[in-house]
Amino acid sequence: MGQKLVIDPVTRIEGHGKVTIQLDDNNQVVDAKLHVVEFRGFEKFIQGHPYWEAPMLLQRICGICFVSHHLCGAKALDDMVGVGYSKGVDMLPTPEKVRRLGHYAQQLQSHVTAYYYLIVPEMLFGMDAPPEQRNVLGLVEANPELVKRVVQLRKWGQEAIKTVLGKRMHGINSVPGGVNKNISIAERDRLLQGEDGLLSMDEVIEYAKEGLEIFYDFHEKNRHQVDTFADVPALNMSLVDKDGNVDYYHGNIRITDDDKNIITEMDYHDYLDYFSEATEEWSYMKFPFLKALGRDAGSVRVGPLARVNVTKSYGTDTPLAKEALERFHDYTKGKANNMTLHTNWARAIEILHSAELIKNLLNDPDLQKENLILMHSKADWTGEGVGVVEAPRGTLLHHYKANQEGNITFCNLVVATTQNNTVMNRTVRSVAEEYLGGNDIITEGMMNAIEVGIRAYDPCLSCATHATGNMPLDVSIYDAKGKLFANKRR
Amino acid sequence: MNTEITIDGKKIQAQIGKPLIDVASDNNIYIPSLCYMRGKPCLGTCRVCSVRVNGHVMASCTVPVYEGMDIEVETPDLVDMRKALVEFLFVEGNHNCPSCEKSGRCELQAVGYETGMMVARFPYRFPVRTRDHASKYIWLERDRCIFCQRCVEFIRDEETGQKIFSIDNRSTNASIEIDVELADKMSPKQVKRAADICPVGCIIDKDLGFNKPIGERKYEIKSIKERILKGKPNE
Repeated sequence: MGQKLVIDPVTRIEGHGKVTIQLDDNNQVVDAKLHVVEFRGFEKFIQGHPYWEAPMLLQRICGICFVSHHLCGAKALDDMVGVGYSKGVDMLPTPEKVRRLGHYAQQLQSHVTAYYYLIVPEMLFGMDAPPEQRNVLGLVEANPELVKRVVQLRKWGQEAIKTVLGKRMHGINSVPGGVNKNISIAERDRLLQGEDGLLSMDEVIEYAKEGLEIFYDFHEKNRHQVDTFADVPALNMSLVDKDGNVDYYHGNIRITDDDKNIITEMDYHDYLDYFSEATEEWSYMKFPFLKALGRDAGSVRVGPLARVNVTKSYGTDTPLAKEALERFHDYTKGKANNMTLHTNWARAIEILHSAELIKNLLNDPDLQKENLILMHSKADWTGEGVGVVEAPRGTLLHHYKANQEGNITFCNLVVATTQNNTVMNRTVRSVAEEYLGGNDIITEGMMNAIEVGIRAYDPCLSCATHATGNMPLDVSIYDAKGKLFANKRR
Repeated sequence: MNTEITIDGKKIQAQIGKPLIDVASDNNIYIPSLCYMRGKPCLGTCRVCSVRVNGHVMASCTVPVYEGMDIEVETPDLVDMRKALVEFLFVEGNHNCPSCEKSGRCELQAVGYETGMMVARFPYRFPVRTRDHASKYIWLERDRCIFCQRCVEFIRDEETGQKIFSIDNRSTNASIEIDVELADKMSPKQVKRAADICPVGCIIDKDLGFNKPIGERKYEIKSIKERILKGKPNE
């Protein structure tokens, strides 16, 4: 008799989702789905608010990547007041660099959280280790020194965010046309040199390098598993600068295929000309795709793996990350890398890249300059804006419209996890087929493999569905008659 | 002419006729308020400055000093009453501090901290109020209005002295209104003044939101209590 397996909730992710896997009478997988079962209403309840509140209110959608939402909103506001990229106006150097500093700091702390707290436990203990071991507490027991360094690394990232935005979480820095403060010499020096209880910049880079070494060691010992686990196809999408290198703050959206050919490159203000979204009754999360290629072929992957696939190189000013990226590119001999667990490799590279970018910025005297806002007048008002940044989880888009009085009348948020919806479902299917299919007995470790596949994307389901309620995922397995066979819920 | 009054058992020489709330602050006794502005006529609308005078609960901004006054301020029941009054103000409107640009500069928020309010004991009313953004310079965020009437009384057309703001209807149907024609004649300085005297984020200077960084906002630099006791609320 066929079975239906349920994982509910999926754990160690941000947000609430569940997985259902349908098996036939021979226990072969016939269907596997990641359901996102929470719902939020940010796009609706921002309407009627003054436009300048959008980056402050909408960043509350997330407790992890709030800086990305804040900056995305700020870029949209720049457009609305008439001094944004939509009019070809470049941001002043100081506010752009201050914004970038906050953005990179958040990428560092977000990636460190995902990598060490959510992902590394399986890397060190294995996917089928007992659940009570494969978590951060297990990590504390096994390697307290590592965890101490991780906590310090995250703390440094949070302190850098606080320096820019005034608070460790949900701070405020960007205003239409610029920022409301620069970075003082004392603030800069504190981050560069550290203090009692706070790492120095150089220590941050050392710890970031160590994260990469952990992956290399894991890869060396588990090469077959790491290279074959959920090798799923998808186009890759990222913001790039004019040289085709990733730019986490601004650029064109570039989409590349398996051979790294450019499929599409667009000014993100034109996203509606290129993208459409499909919906399914079994999930609150939409399925974006490129109109020209259709839903299946036109689905994209975003986030660390996509970015390192799309980017040609990193700058010479980030030599350690550049070298790590070259090793990554060499591994697939110029082809795109579709190996899901290599997302964690990409994430570790980006931790190092962020750290080096931050160091460069902190040494830039523009951060102390006083010209903070591009002045604008009523005559510049456009009333519409689109902002895109590369958030830790991938390409994030905010689109607002407001009337002449400044009242928001429209809001559309396309977040990274939404972009990854199709590829995450492909991953769930792939892992289910490989780990569960044909087995008479389904073990907890097999079910956990599904979660490992999902966690590689570090999905933020709260952001993606725009929800109230508890965080966590669900895996269900149903039999051929639709009867629930197994269910895992935290 | 002075007389001797007693506040919480402490004998104080006070000028007859002077508002009790001012006498208290002159003697280093903080009584919170959200409508009273020193030097301006008393409004007596918020009641947050309630104390007990000779056994009767009264708003201290409405009471001029007279001979033989025995005042209680810091008794547990009065402290809790003032906190409850602040809580009432929170539940009667829709106050969303995290995204409000007045946060850190908001008197209601500051008084909430001073009175030790952590959460409202009353159910939230979630009133449905519309915003008024028709004026060129002022955004009226009615969700946050506490009907203190500072704007109604103290912000007037500079040529005619006409009121620019008014309260329409009564009780739960009350609504702060703005005369758009007069509001559009306001100078930037007067707009700023209106936004500044609003104890909440109801009157907003359009396009100026979030211009002060966190850590540099009014009540982050100096608490409302300290400001009132020094007699310099806007320093």
